[in-house]
Amino acid sequence: MKSALSQLSFARPRTLEEALTLLRDEPLVPIAGATDLYVGLNFGTLKAQRFLDITRLEELRGISVTGDRLVIGAGTTYTTIMHSASVRAHWPILADAASQVGGVQIQNRGTLGGNVANASPAGDTLPVLAVADAILQLRSAQSQRAVPFNSFYTGYRQTVLRPDELIVSIELPMVEGKQWFRKVGTRAAQAISKLVMAAVRTEAPRIALGSVAPTPLRLRRTEAALAGGSSIEDAIGVLQTEITPIDDLRSSEAYRRAVAGNLLRRFWAS
Amino acid sequence: MRLTLNGAVTDVEAAPGRRLLDVLREECGLTGTKEGCGEGECGACTVLMNGQLVVSCLVPFAQAEGAEIRTIEGVGDHALQQHFMSEAGAQCGICTPGMVMTASTLSRDATLEDIRIALAGNLCRCTGYEAIYRAIQRARAATSA
Ligand SMILES: Cc1cc2nc3c(=O)[nH]c(=O)nc-3n(C[C@H](O)[C@H](O)[C@H](O)COP(=O)(O)OP(=O)(O)OC[C@H]3O[C@@H](n4cnc5c(N)ncnc54)[C@H](O)[C@@H]3O)c2cc1C
Ligand code: FES
Ligand code: FES
Repeated sequence: MKSALSQLSFARPRTLEEALTLLRDEPLVPIAGATDLYVGLNFGTLKAQRFLDITRLEELRGISVTGDRLVIGAGTTYTTIMHSASVRAHWPILADAASQVGGVQIQNRGTLGGNVANASPAGDTLPVLAVADAILQLRSAQSQRAVPFNSFYTGYRQTVLRPDELIVSIELPMVEGKQWFRKVGTRAAQAISKLVMAAVRTEAPRIALGSVAPTPLRLRRTEAALAGGSSIEDAIGVLQTEITPIDDLRSSEAYRRAVAGNLLRRFWAS
Repeated sequence: MRLTLNGAVTDVEAAPGRRLLDVLREECGLTGTKEGCGEGECGACTVLMNGQLVVSCLVPFAQAEGAEIRTIEGVGDHALQQHFMSEAGAQCGICTPGMVMTASTLSRDATLEDIRIALAGNLCRCTGYEAIYRAIQRARAATSA
């Protein structure tokens, strides 16, 4: 394990342009806070490789409001997000999600872009980005494209991100209506399941769940049922047809289904 | 590679992919920083990097270049360490250096709730936390007196 770590090499560019050129010319793995990547390395599940350290890139850091969007650099840490007045004003549930990730040590290092690119269906910020209809700005040396967050994932830990691309920023269009966020179970208590729901209460409610499908999931049909005046019990019935949770180390399918239904009920009663 | 280690500018030779934890312990002789889980969960390896708490088992040494690193050897908050001893906030002691690092960032008027939140990333298998919270509160009260 430790000898494998000694084999790793790091490119540490100072500008985005330099980083994208390096990424075009050779296969490199971007590394930000390392809070996902180094866990894999310590377990020996990741092979020795060449990393592109993106923590020096100013272009990936910071939070701003541009027109009707909250724009967050992909390299922005949870600590910065949870203390940002702009985030608290426009997307308070993103601040809530950030403040519930890991402990202080992880919040100080882990980044929003890392959570998105890591593509775990259990990523805590992902349901928030799903209900925000967030837009990901992707850059390569040759191109720039804007990909809707809700079409970024194509399957379990699969994304449309190309090997020569970086996520530069994440844009959250502002929204009217009350925002709601709940995380059930904590990371420190591994035995307990972790389910995350994010929602916005508007005429057309928006609802998303983590850890109930191969990707973070927007519950479009449940949303339509509630918008169309269905009872909460009928809507929970629809929700059960939309989710496909599995049994795994953390919890059972039946438990996840029960928690998902309860979360919807609590959101609707809030 | 050059970094500032407990206040002193220091040059350290080590492979860039090694964990900051291992470099501190094996190359710099700073064995106060402990390894618990090696996966970011327990906080035993907590150090300050540019004034922020980080788990050194998840920091590639490359990213410590030019950084200011402070370890338990350089924390200098002796009231805190005294109270961990007198309140029996340490049993096996593996978690203690990390606990002290985290506690050293708390302000004097930190509430019990603030202490709990701050220590969410520091696990202790021995003490059940109450003694640790008490040690931190006593130490904070002592420094403000
Ligand atoms: C103890 C512990 C607790 C945790 N708790 C939680 C939790 O409660 N909730 C949660 O959701 N997560 C949790 N995590 C997981 C992790 O902290 C997050 O997923 C974090 O956001 C990852 O960000 P990073 O910057 O550390 O990513 P890295 O580890 O640096 O990278 C992760 C992946 O993203 C890629 N990547 C990173 N940035 C970019 C970019 N800009 N463009 C393209 N690719 C990129 C990397 O190549 C890699 O594949 C925890 C981890 C630990 C160790
Ligand atoms: S050893 Fe680093 S967090 Fe446990
Ligand atoms: S004293 Fe043993 S882990 Fe805390």
